[in-house]
Amino acid sequence: MSVDLATVKRVARLARIAVTEDEANRMVGELNGIIDFVEQLSEVDVTGVEPMTSVMPMEMRLRADVVTDGNKADDIVANAPATDRNFFMVPKVVE
Amino acid sequence: MTDLTSLTIAEARDKLASKEFTSVDLTNAYLGAIDAANSVLNAYITVTPEMALEMAKASDARRASGQVGALEGIPLGIKDLFATKGVHTQACSHILDGFKPEYESTVTQNLWDDGAVMLGKLNMDEFAMGSSNETSHYGPVVNPWKAEGSNTQLVPGGSSGGSAAAVAAHLCAGATATDTGGSIRQPAAFTGTVGIKPTYGRCSRWGTVAFASSLDQAGPIARDVRDAAIMLKSMASVDRKDTTSVDLPIPDYEKALGQSVKGMKIGIPKEYRVEGMPEDIEALWQKGIAYLKDAGAEIVDISLPHTKYALPAYYIVAPAEASSNLARYDGVRYGLRVDGKDISDMYEKTRAAGFGTEVKRRIMIGTYVLSAGYYDAYYLQAQKVRTLIKRDFELCFHAGVDAILTPATPSSAFGIADEALAADPVAMYLNDIFTVTVNMAGLPGIAVPAGLDKKGLPLGLQLIGKPFDEETLFRTAHVIEQAAGKFTPAKWW
Repeated sequence: MSVDLATVKRVARLARIAVTEDEANRMVGELNGIIDFVEQLSEVDVTGVEPMTSVMPMEMRLRADVVTDGNKADDIVANAPATDRNFFMVPKVVE
Repeated sequence: MTDLTSLTIAEARDKLASKEFTSVDLTNAYLGAIDAANSVLNAYITVTPEMALEMAKASDARRASGQVGALEGIPLGIKDLFATKGVHTQACSHILDGFKPEYESTVTQNLWDDGAVMLGKLNMDEFAMGSSNETSHYGPVVNPWKAEGSNTQLVPGGSSGGSAAAVAAHLCAGATATDTGGSIRQPAAFTGTVGIKPTYGRCSRWGTVAFASSLDQAGPIARDVRDAAIMLKSMASVDRKDTTSVDLPIPDYEKALGQSVKGMKIGIPKEYRVEGMPEDIEALWQKGIAYLKDAGAEIVDISLPHTKYALPAYYIVAPAEASSNLARYDGVRYGLRVDGKDISDMYEKTRAAGFGTEVKRRIMIGTYVLSAGYYDAYYLQAQKVRTLIKRDFELCFHAGVDAILTPATPSSAFGIADEALAADPVAMYLNDIFTVTVNMAGLPGIAVPAGLDKKGLPLGLQLIGKPFDEETLFRTAHVIEQAAGKFTPAKWW
């Protein structure tokens, strides 16, 4: 499989990263280099092999479904670039 | 009085206990050393002198009242990946501009609870993606080591390059670091320091900026094996805020030091003898084998047949998880925002301006391998290969192998702005060829300095252990350290 310019632009769009024409062109070569490198995995026979999920077999710990935290709206918005009365401000989404 | 910054954690601990000096004295000595060196080495990106002295004073007061933690009064450097309340935490990325968390990571909280003092935040590759510390938004770190007769500035490795350089140059007593594919062990090897990546789950990941969640683990970089053991004991904990943290007792790792390795089985994997490996590395490996044999260990040849697939599998799994983890940086909740004509345009412009080249590259790869139609061929296949890599290790351990000895890196430190490496991302990725298998299998691995190459640069050996058997690694690494000695760079800065 190889990555072309259209694919790079589509992936950049999916990743929400603006790319210039020059950057996209450069990425075609770089991404193909990496994809070629990882392609060797396809030669491994994985018949009957389960994908790895954890290092040690362990049960997911559960906790009671109760509120353990809260009332810290000020903390949550403290680092936001734009806020108004504890709301995050974003450009208009709905006309 | 001796230079206080030349003391190891263990030495400083004893002298603090015998009241030879106070934590304030020790902290001032480090702040002075940082002041004199940091403009050259660029190991710290933020120094917090007021906070450090306040913490040191509080520590001295605690000591006076008889309250003495395991790291009481010891000044440490913290990798910029760990959230530190009210203090610069940006994973050395432009996209987190101005971010000061309202909370403290579990690992750093554990250190403060044990009495440690924070000197500041350490430089690193952006979002821990790199092997040279050159992807940092704050510029490269300079390795305190130089080749004999050369003035070329070398990289300290990465991603924990600031941690390794600060420890090697005595700009902190020890440092926190993290390792996703080799980010503790490779810089430790490049700087003559000791670094351990514990078993996945040993340290809580809560409050550590996420790169690849199934691989990321925190660990210390320290001046010697004992200091690394002391630090890891404090850093490790089970944490209800991280369900992948493991509820197992934390041994007193320091007690493992000095125990004999007699009769221990050390595996030597033939697959780690790679083509084009410098003879210095091979010679170092043989030296390590000889040290352990002399100490009574039994050396056995082993095979880890899926080794060569670890790096390609890593370059699917890690970018895939990174693309997901880094989706949160969108200019809304924290950090940089670049305005756009609508919300999508704002996201795209913010992320284009905020992420560096390597981070973008990995997000792109991750997005590609997770995109419709490719998930099974790439991500699922890589996770299955991971099972096989892990099984290779399990078979060896089942056959009675106690630990595995390999080189830590395929070379010694290379130059800053190396042109060949800059031109080929995959060539840079090969730095992690010996370390990445350990992350893929979730095992513990320690890098311990074992000698200098012909250029006079430090080289490290790696020991790989069974899950949660860090004690065997400390014990065995200590034997190598005793035989090889310690390595400190000549001060030029």
